[in-house]
Amino acid sequence: MQWHTINEFFAMGGYGLYVWGSFGVCALTMIVEPILIRHRRKNALRNICIND
Amino acid sequence: MINWFKYSSPSSFYPLAGRLIPVFWMLAAILGAIGLYIGFFIAPTDAQQGEGYRIIFIHVPASWMSMFIYCVMAFWSLMGLTFNTRLSGMMTSALAPTGALFAFLSLWTGALWGKPMWGAWWVWDARLTSELILFFLYLGYMALHAAIDDPRRADRAGALLSLVGVVNVPIIYFSVKWWNTLHQGASVSLTRSPSMASTMLWGMLIMALAFWAYTIAVALMRARTIMLEREATSEWVKHLPDVKEIA
Amino acid sequence: MPLMAAYIAALQRDLLLVMRRKTEVLTALFFFVIVTTLLPLGIGPEPDLLRKIAPGAMWIAALLATLLGLQRLFAADHADGTLEQMVLSPEPLSVIVAGKITAHWLVCGLPLVFLAPVIGLQFDLSSDAIGILMLTLLVGTPLLSLIGAIGAALTLGARGSALLVSLLVLPLYIPTLIFGAGAVESYIAGLGATGHLSLLGALLILAAAFAPWATTAALRISLE
Repeated sequence: MQWHTINEFFAMGGYGLYVWGSFGVCALTMIVEPILIRHRRKNALRNICIND
Repeated sequence: MINWFKYSSPSSFYPLAGRLIPVFWMLAAILGAIGLYIGFFIAPTDAQQGEGYRIIFIHVPASWMSMFIYCVMAFWSLMGLTFNTRLSGMMTSALAPTGALFAFLSLWTGALWGKPMWGAWWVWDARLTSELILFFLYLGYMALHAAIDDPRRADRAGALLSLVGVVNVPIIYFSVKWWNTLHQGASVSLTRSPSMASTMLWGMLIMALAFWAYTIAVALMRARTIMLEREATSEWVKHLPDVKEIA
Repeated sequence: MPLMAAYIAALQRDLLLVMRRKTEVLTALFFFVIVTTLLPLGIGPEPDLLRKIAPGAMWIAALLATLLGLQRLFAADHADGTLEQMVLSPEPLSVIVAGKITAHWLVCGLPLVFLAPVIGLQFDLSSDAIGILMLTLLVGTPLLSLIGAIGAALTLGARGSALLVSLLVLPLYIPTLIFGAGAVESYIAGLGATGHLSLLGALLILAAAFAPWATTAALRISLE
């Protein structure tokens, strides 16, 4: 384990912006994508019930 | 002996997919946790690149996934055009946005990796350039699919485009490599990455598997929604527990 | 040979139709000229720079001009119902399609080969480089027509088809662009153009074998 403090972990040896910019966007997209699908699914279900 | 063709109709695939989705989310979370742990706590600091190289634990798996998904789409396209099954077309169009997402992530992380390492947000090396073209191929598929009103026709046109695309990808990659070696202006190359310690390789592999589980979960979710949209007037949809809940 | 007759009939028909609407054809050719004129205006007139960008610039203009012409490949026949008649006819559709693609090339691609010297002079290319350029265009423009036909067939009747075809087809044009422009650049650099030209030729043979078939499949899908 090379991180001695939590600040070191976030700083990533000076590359923090790039590393967290990457992991952050990755996490963000993988949260947003399923949310968008759920939204689409709710609309579809609503349309089915309306047309019934 | 599982009768696979039993699941080739949307009405039987829908509940099966519904049961599988949480399983794959779980797999994705577990594999992701392991992969990230390896990436941040086990893999050592690189001698030349410091901590910045850790981006490869997303960049490389995302690239792999973007190419793998494109091939899977081509497979389902071939199935759909050969056997004329509705489900194959739905799976192909369900996979496309996720594939495009991984292509985008590969490009984004490639830029964030390249800037501190080699001083430029973008380099025209063969792999990045091919990844960009793959991204365009995904966008083209999605645009074509969206532009055709009839869903069945959209599926079939998209399937053909996907097959044409997958045949062209090796040709495109080869031509871009050729182009890159002849215009040897940029001497930096993301392919000349640090020699892989085995921990790094394991980390990337596990992250790739995590992404794969994520893809399956998301694609199944999207496929189910597509089924709801297209088969809205069918009997089996009306009798779904999800629909009865809302009604 | 009935196949040959069907091919020639389709070819002749399209050429005849083009002859009646010559302005459309000339517009696409003028597009090529105008685009190649825009580049020095946008980049600057230094001969060294122009000579450097000339192969790529002219090839890109050729891509765009061909794309423009793709609109005419199937749309008119689709609009008046002739295309459906072709699908239903006893002649194999792929042969008819091959005839139409050839006509498209003769009208949109081959003229570019002959326009190349004129534009090449504007870019101060040496005469043997122009010769290589013409050769690459001669081999490459049929490729563009063949690949473009697939895109045109897929987007038949789709909304926004003009722009959509570009998005679909331009990535597929990239190898042609790389080998076509690369051949001229390689020749100018003294490395010879044979490597690139051979690859271009190989792509052409592949496309000639598969593209009509893929285009036919796409047409059937679009017309169902």
